[in-house]
Amino acid sequence: MNQINKMKKLITLMLLMLGLQITMVQNLNAQKVYATKTGQIFFNATGGAVPIAAVNNQVDSKFVETTGQIIFGVLIKGFKFENQLMEDHFNENYMESTQYPKADFKGYIKNIKEVDFTKEGSYPIKIEGSLTIHGSPQNVATTGTIQIKEGKPAIAGEFSVKIKDYGIKGLYIGEKIANEAKIKVNCKYQN
Amino acid sequence: MRLRSVCIGTIIFLLATAHAKAQTVDLFADTSNTLSSTATDITTGTFKSTRIVNGQSIENVGAGILDFRILHRFGAINQGGYNFFGLDQATMRLGIDYGINSRLMIGIGRSTFEKQYDAFLKFRIIRQQTGKHTIPFSLSYASSLIYKSLHDAVTTYTPYVSDKFSYAHQFLLASKVNDYFSFQLTPTMIHYNMVDNKTIPNDFYSLGLGFRQRISKRVNITTEYYHRFNSLEGYNDPLSVGVDIETGGHVFQLHVSNSTGMTERTFINETAGSWAKGDLRFGFNISRVFTLRKPKDLRAIKW
Repeated sequence: MNQINKMKKLITLMLLMLGLQITMVQNLNAQKVYATKTGQIFFNATGGAVPIAAVNNQVDSKFVETTGQIIFGVLIKGFKFENQLMEDHFNENYMESTQYPKADFKGYIKNIKEVDFTKEGSYPIKIEGSLTIHGSPQNVATTGTIQIKEGKPAIAGEFSVKIKDYGIKGLYIGEKIANEAKIKVNCKYQN
Repeated sequence: MRLRSVCIGTIIFLLATAHAKAQTVDLFADTSNTLSSTATDITTGTFKSTRIVNGQSIENVGAGILDFRILHRFGAINQGGYNFFGLDQATMRLGIDYGINSRLMIGIGRSTFEKQYDAFLKFRIIRQQTGKHTIPFSLSYASSLIYKSLHDAVTTYTPYVSDKFSYAHQFLLASKVNDYFSFQLTPTMIHYNMVDNKTIPNDFYSLGLGFRQRISKRVNITTEYYHRFNSLEGYNDPLSVGVDIETGGHVFQLHVSNSTGMTERTFINETAGSWAKGDLRFGFNISRVFTLRKPKDLRAIKW
């Protein structure tokens, strides 16, 4: 009798686990990941008369719809300037991009629950996380928007970083190059 | 009993798989190196300027960039103090280069030497890159035509206009080994429409060698040498050693060379100076770039 009871308990536990597993798998399936490899990041660090600005069109980004977890990754050498010489100086003298080839951001969209992915429109979002440039991580908090169009989300955001916070040194920082660089992000995601 | 072990087994299995599935959505834990395998990273800065010293380097000016270049060569150093070690004499070339797109550049120039006009184009065929494809070298093709406008000495033969043209065709094969070192091989063919007499061929072949060695963030040492396989009598192989100094908007190239001319035909084939005799000249190139056309993405953005 005792054994049958034990068996019953075990089977119930097993069924419970199975049920849990199924709901979890469903949850996981619902944990949709949006991704892009062609996002854009702009930056502007103009300090003097000469514009110092660049664009990178090969931004790799992913985010999870349910948790708001979001990552961005970019190759420093992928930044295109209007002037090749400036680009070389950026890579070799300031960013040391052979030594630190990538910059990335790992963080969360804090208010992801307020975004209705089934309804078209523009939703304000708050993003917080860690931005690593030149090998040094710094906490960053900013605001932006998620735009839902034809079922696909697009994230746009803007923030500033202090160049010296990231251990970037160079002759013209604070003169021709501003102390703070403005950064704009523009990513259209695929489902 | 068997049922019991099956149950326990199933529970363990479910626990294990549930754990594994939960991990797949942690983006932070995703260490797969997608970026460096999908993004194309074209190597830049193989050389610091579009010329190594006199000859073409693998570099092009960017799309929409106009490069105004002043090349200056003084007289021979071994002339001594009377000519202030050559600084009393000077020849120069004024030129304008323009980048049509990221692969093609064109340029025109006027030299005091023989009152030459020249025009060239340079096309990047293969670009050194990493990422989606890994290519360890760059290949370009450069072609120039040179017109000598200096009046000829009066002889029985009156030359046609076409007789005063000469051409240079070059393949540039270069590799940036690292931030500190790059090299270039430059097989060259030079064609003269007219030569002095029938025993002299119209075509001349040579191989150029170029190096860049970085010594500080803004200073690079360059070397350029051309070995001629067939040559005009009385001329030497050109060898130039230079320093590239980068400042904000331009590159300043200072060098010592045994050649005076600044067009391919003149410096490769008609270098009269000799290193052994100290028949060398100081020279410098100044390059100033102007952005005529910004890249599309940068034009669109409002700050």
